[in-house]
Amino acid sequence: MNLKLIVQVSISLLLARWKQTLIAAVGVTFSIAMFVTLLGFMNGLNDLLDGLIMNRTAHIRLYHDINVSKNQPIDLMMPHTANFVNSIKPKNQRLELYNSAQIMHAIKQDERVLGVAPKINAQVFYNVGTIDLTGVINGIDPDEENRLFMFSDYVTRGNYLDLKNIPNSIILGKGVADKMAANIGDVVQVTTSKGERLQLKVVGYFQSGLQDLDKVQSYCSISTTQKLLGVSNNYITDVQVKLKDILQAPAMAKEYQRYYETDAIDIQQANSQFETGSSVRSIISYAVGVTLLIVAGFGIYNILNMMIYEKMDSIAIMKAIGFSGKDVNLIFIFIALSIGIFGGILGLLVGFGMSNIIDNIPFNTESLPTIKTYPINYNPAFYIIGGIFSIVTTYFAGYFPSRKASKIDPVIIIRGK
Amino acid sequence: MAHIHKEVLRATNITKYFHDPMTVKVLDNINFSLNQSEFVSVIGKSGCGKSTLLYILSTMDTDYEGELFIDNVAMTNKSEKELARVRNEKIGFVFQFHYLLNEFNVLKNVMLPGLKLGKYSESEVEHRAYEKLKVLGISNEALKMPNQLSGGQKQRVAIARALINDPLLIMGDEPTGNLDKKNSEIVFKTFEELAQEFDQTLLIVTHDNEFANKTSRIIEMQDGKIINQ
Repeated sequence: MNLKLIVQVSISLLLARWKQTLIAAVGVTFSIAMFVTLLGFMNGLNDLLDGLIMNRTAHIRLYHDINVSKNQPIDLMMPHTANFVNSIKPKNQRLELYNSAQIMHAIKQDERVLGVAPKINAQVFYNVGTIDLTGVINGIDPDEENRLFMFSDYVTRGNYLDLKNIPNSIILGKGVADKMAANIGDVVQVTTSKGERLQLKVVGYFQSGLQDLDKVQSYCSISTTQKLLGVSNNYITDVQVKLKDILQAPAMAKEYQRYYETDAIDIQQANSQFETGSSVRSIISYAVGVTLLIVAGFGIYNILNMMIYEKMDSIAIMKAIGFSGKDVNLIFIFIALSIGIFGGILGLLVGFGMSNIIDNIPFNTESLPTIKTYPINYNPAFYIIGGIFSIVTTYFAGYFPSRKASKIDPVIIIRGK
Repeated sequence: MAHIHKEVLRATNITKYFHDPMTVKVLDNINFSLNQSEFVSVIGKSGCGKSTLLYILSTMDTDYEGELFIDNVAMTNKSEKELARVRNEKIGFVFQFHYLLNEFNVLKNVMLPGLKLGKYSESEVEHRAYEKLKVLGISNEALKMPNQLSGGQKQRVAIARALINDPLLIMGDEPTGNLDKKNSEIVFKTFEELAQEFDQTLLIVTHDNEFANKTSRIIEMQDGKIINQ
């Protein structure tokens, strides 16, 4: 009964000065909408930049590096002396990974691994008339490459599956294709560093966004590349591993290196400059997020505080006619929470709407073929934080001033006038 | 006809200080009691402490020394919530300014203390509020907002609000202080009627001697003391 009366009184107080109520609610709405939109936009951009590297890069890459032997004969003979050997050269060794099939099979069984894709790195020349352009052909498994590294996103023309379905086919880097004036369906000729020649049919263009890369790189299937290089069908130069948790990469790279006796590099090490940029960007976006919340919090708190101080008279009257301090407190908490919930929900909707608008603004850039509009991150966490925040701040903004008012004798307010 | 009237209010040794800007004794050992159906006025010059006393007696001010009994129950050391209950149930207060809630219409203003008391259902409280407004001759204004009424009408609404829970005692802090002659008269008539016809106990602070002379008992104060009662 008492609660019903409190709700009735609260609603009357809210509606009696609906313009003031509306302004308070709009303040909450604006704050929350800005928070959700800006954070969504910033994180969208971050994700975009992260994705540029992250999507295409293996978390761990196993390969066979060309290195001088760490164990020189003299060290074996005289292990206890300091030996100086000059002009050591790497010996002629194969680039392939030994036991690649077994390694891939074993890694696939690993719980922590999302997927494994083989790759062959082949140095070639693209023959254009009398000119040879240097280049690299990556032999890949199109299905796995697409599943793990979003290969199809970067194939701007043609179908990536044709690599598998059409024998002796190639997807040319956009820059290479432009130089060779090769259209889809044309046949181009490549020469390997060992002098082998092969005619390949162009089935698509590849555009990574990195111009230098697109001028050099092309893709073939594993078997085509093996044929090009004249090697057996177990020749693999790289094993690319994608993990469920990217943060485990450095530790697991070391583990694989030791276990499979090969070279392994993790994404953090391979792209340390990117790592730095990424972490700086996330620090900035957290800082902006926290700042937005603080500013919004003070705004909301101020508006509600003003509103309650304006109603001091009403508080005194209500206490004079028999409402207790607790009743008064409850009334103003109810008022504040209604504004918080109403304004907050509206703010989330407006924020979602604004995000949607940004999401539809065209954003075309040469370097990002898959991006057509500005990116937005619709992370539910932003919406949950925004929603909870609007309720918590309005609760305190209602609680503190009304508690103060509810504790003093009504005569203090009445006499103060 | 000798009525035996029970004691409604008793103040013993009530003393109060103001501390700001310096400590001043505003009430000095006030002792008096009030019996049922008395119509009492408290007079005195400005600053003699009569309003201060009234606020203490109405439990709206708890910062005092001495003891206060309402309906033979000690008010001293009661919790804020219990005092609110006493104000709600046993005291009707009429301020110098009407102090109606502008967010509610006249009827709702009168009903609020009744709804808070929770003794009657909402429709019964509404019915009773109409009755009170009728007694005060302003039932036609029930659905208007307070700011649409004249000063005299507002004050009568405030009296109706004070009456809604059939209080033991009605207190007024210069209820006619802000009204013209005609309206003062109406308000006084209302009080008189309540005292005579409904046996209502009234304690009214006023500086209007004409008003006071018409009441059944006058308490005169000077410099925080009762000099005549």
